[in-house]
Formats: sequence, structure tokens, C-alpha cells
Amino acid sequence: MEDTLLMDAVERFINGEMSKEEEIYFSDLRKKNPELDQTVVEQIFFLNELEKFADSKLFRQELTDTENNLTREGLVSRSAYSHKSKVVFLWQRYRKMVAVAASIAGIVSLVIFSLLTIISPNKQTNIKPLVDKLHQQENKTLQIERKVNQLEAEKAETKPRLHVAAKFRATGFMIDASRNYLVTNAHVVQEARNQLVVENMNSEQFEAHAVYVNPATDMAILQITDENFEKLPSYPYSIKRSQPELGDQVYMLGYPKQEIVYGEGYVSARNGYQMDSTYFQLNTAANEGTSGSPVINRQGELVGIISSMETGAEGVVYAIKPDYLFSAIDEVKKMEGHEKIKITAAPSLRGVDRVSAIKKVDNYVFMIKGN
Amino acid sequence: MDLLANEKSLIEKIAQKDKETIERIYRDNFHMIRAMVISNSGSADDAADIFQETMIVLFEKSKMEDFELNCQLKTFLYSIARRLWLKKLQQSNRFFSTDEKDEEIIAVEDDLEYHEKQNRDFSIMETALGKIGEPCKSLLEAYYLQKKPMLQIAADFGYTNADNAKTQKYKCLVRLKKLFFQQYKSE
Repeated sequence: MEDTLLMDAVERFINGEMSKEEEIYFSDLRKKNPELDQTVVEQIFFLNELEKFADSKLFRQELTDTENNLTREGLVSRSAYSHKSKVVFLWQRYRKMVAVAASIAGIVSLVIFSLLTIISPNKQTNIKPLVDKLHQQENKTLQIERKVNQLEAEKAETKPRLHVAAKFRATGFMIDASRNYLVTNAHVVQEARNQLVVENMNSEQFEAHAVYVNPATDMAILQITDENFEKLPSYPYSIKRSQPELGDQVYMLGYPKQEIVYGEGYVSARNGYQMDSTYFQLNTAANEGTSGSPVINRQGELVGIISSMETGAEGVVYAIKPDYLFSAIDEVKKMEGHEKIKITAAPSLRGVDRVSAIKKVDNYVFMIKGN
Repeated sequence: MDLLANEKSLIEKIAQKDKETIERIYRDNFHMIRAMVISNSGSADDAADIFQETMIVLFEKSKMEDFELNCQLKTFLYSIARRLWLKKLQQSNRFFSTDEKDEEIIAVEDDLEYHEKQNRDFSIMETALGKIGEPCKSLLEAYYLQKKPMLQIAADFGYTNADNAKTQKYKCLVRLKKLFFQQYKSE
């Protein structure tokens, strides 16, 4: 029996998913074949170890979450720099909404907590400050809620067309201008539970759909399906096929705020976090919202796509190598109705000064929003 | 008796990784352990680390079928944390002051030996997972850690159906197993 098939059988055996007959057959097989039995014993041991590992890992995550909550409360404290560095994605979640949700959750737990403290008599000293806090929280929530409604009303007035109240914002850019395909990160698309829209510099939103999402390479390809969208001429950058060069000076265009922002940096390492070869490392300042931004070099070639940054390290940003853009396009080509996707590049940025280059490129960089 | 019965159910809930129970144990015991660490030349970070590790020891014990708490939970946690911190201090040639007030202490040597073994197993698996590469790492994490159903994994990773994803998962498992035993048998 092949090792993978056996693994399948062993896992079903452990989970008790085998039928009676299969179980009898399986144990018979083990009895007759000591070598196979040895492998089965090994696999059972291994799968139990894996289960144990997963369990412990999940418990550790809960511990960290709890510690973070209690740190916010002041019960636990750590010095600011002790946290191990980790990689965070660079989309921007809308704080206003989150703040409302968080303070509502806060009120609920405060109510429950004060109920508990009222019931348990030995903690009566806690009641007063908590109730005070509750009023403050409530006021704040109301204020924030009012503001959010106001903002939304303002936006709604100025825009008769499609308008989605977004929960997050990130960046994406055009890759096939004649068929309206855009590139962004998989983690951005996965953040959209209900709706996904593309928004241009003039705050016009267009309906879009995810065509391809690959969490393993963090690549996603979208297509604008909105009839109101006017096609752009083919875009002026080409895509670099070779590996990123150390020291290559690059610039990025993205949406860390509701306006396009230009940033500069250089290629500082050939691989990503923990030597992940899907990515390379940039030294630059990147902010939330720049996930999916194009990274362009002096020759006007696209050399990468911003994905994440390392916390606890200054200016360490990871970008996806263009190889994975090419392989994503190849995958999309195989899909029904998307066979014609093509990178519509024209290398017309060579020798153009930076300011004029940006003026040509910025039309092709969009906000990706959703909820 | 009530207290013990109550603590017994706490331990069952810890085995299930219950959020509220974790938080409750933090609230009830963190100060005590923090005071112990800090009054013995530790920092706030040391205290937080020691408490986390103590909680992991408790979790591992809670998973054992024959585990019975023969003292107050508070005493158990204090004894574990104290022993863990003592060890840390010895490693860095610092000393534990003997002036402990009147905290009760129980013997926990066996518990910690078990914990060290668990810790070793954990890091072997973690290293193996780190070496396995993509898409295997994400795929196995999606299934075993995030507990996603196979159908969703197939969709997320671009497999045409759940069976293909499953085959890929078993291939990854076989590779992971090899990496795991390479390390495990050499230790």
C-alpha cells in the first residue's frame, strides 16, 4: 500500500471513521504483515503527536490573546520591545466601525462584569468606577455612532452611483487594461465577506469579482465587472522577469489613506520572512492600506507586490516576487471565460522622469475595498 | 469540598481551551506569581513568560486522563511557577531569595519533567512544519489548526475538488512525518 493511502486509512482509523468491515480488514492486514504494522504504529504515533501539537498551539494562541486583553486592562504588563517580531498584513481596517463594535462589546462585558461583582459580595469596591466607565463608554459610542452616520450620509450624498460602506481598504493595480483585470493580495480578498469594490482616485467605486485567490502565494486577481467602468489604455510599466537585485531603488504607489501616496525604498534581501522564497524584502516605510501596492524600479519595471511587514523591526516590508504573478496569470488562463487574460504592458517609462512617470502610473492603481 | 469540585471543573474547562476559564485563572493568580518573580530579581516580562509557561503545564496536565489535583489550584500554580523560575535563575546564575512568606508548596519535579518532554515534542513538530515549505505548511495549518473543512480548503487553495485537496494533504503529511522522525529519532 502506498504511504499516502495508508496515512488516509490510519487517520480514519484513529478518528473512528472506518466501517466495521473495513476495520476488520485493516486489522487483519496488520496482523499478516508485520512491516506494514510497523508503519501503521509509526503513523498513529505521528498523527497523535500532530494532534497534540495543534492542540497546544491553539491553547498558546488563547493564552496570548488573553494576555493581550489583560495587558490593555493593565493587569499584565510587558516592556514595549519584548514582543517577538511577527509579520502583519498591510490592509487598513476602518477604525471608526471597529471602535464602535469594540466599545459595544466592551459595554456588554462591563455589564456582565458589574453584574457579577454585584452578585459576589466580596468585590463590592469594584462597582463604582466600573459604572462610571460604562457611562463614558456609552457616550463615546453614541458620539462615534453619530459621526459614522454623518460621514456615511455625506458620502452618500455626493455619490449617486455604487457606494459600499467598506470595512477595510487596501491597494490593487491593473494588469490587463483591455479586460479590466487587477492584481492584489489574497489576504485582502479574503477579508471581503460580502462585497468587493474597486475605487479610483476620484472616489468612484466599481463592482469587482475575485477570479483567482491563492493564500499560499498571497496572490489574487480581480476583474472589474461594472458597466460604468471606462477602460484605460494599456498601462505604461512592464514586468521584470528576473530575480530582484539587492540595492535596486524602487518606488511604490498605494492607498494608506483615502488618497494615493508615493513611497520610496530599496531591495534589501532576496527572501522574505524566515527565508520564505515567495517574497523578497524591501526597506521602506509601509503603512496599513498598502497591501497590494505595485513596487516599481527606476527602469519602470514592476518588481513586486507589497504584502506584509515585520513588526518590531524598522522598515522591513515584504513583497511578492513577480514569478508568482506570472504563475497566477497562467492559472487564470486555464479558467473558463478567462482564457484571454494577458499582461498588457508597454515599456514606456524608461528614461521618463519620476514625476511624469507617476502621473502615468497612478491611474492604474486602485483602492480595493469591501465588507 | 465545594472549592475542590469547582476547581475540578476549571481543569476540565482548561482542557477544552475555554477562553473565560483561562482569563479567570489569570485574574485570580497572576498577581501572586508576578510578585514571586519580581521579588526574586525578575522583570515584568519574566513574570508574564513564567505565567504563560505555568498555564501550559496546567493545560498539559489537564489533558492527562489520570490527572487529579491534590491541592488547591493556586498552590499547584505557585509551585510550578516557582520551580520554573528557579530553573531560569540557575541557568543565568542568579539566586532565589529564601524569604518566602507562607505560600504552600508541593513537589512538582515529575510534572516538570513531563512538561519538558512535551516542550521538546512541540518544538520538533514546529521545526518540521517550518521546513516543509508551501503549500504544505498552509494546507496542514488550515486543516489541523484552523480546523477548516476540506471543501473550503480545496476552494481556498485552488484545488478542483475536496478529494484532490485530500490527496495533497496526505502527501504533505507523509513529508512532515519524515521530517518529524528525522529529528525525533536523533534526540
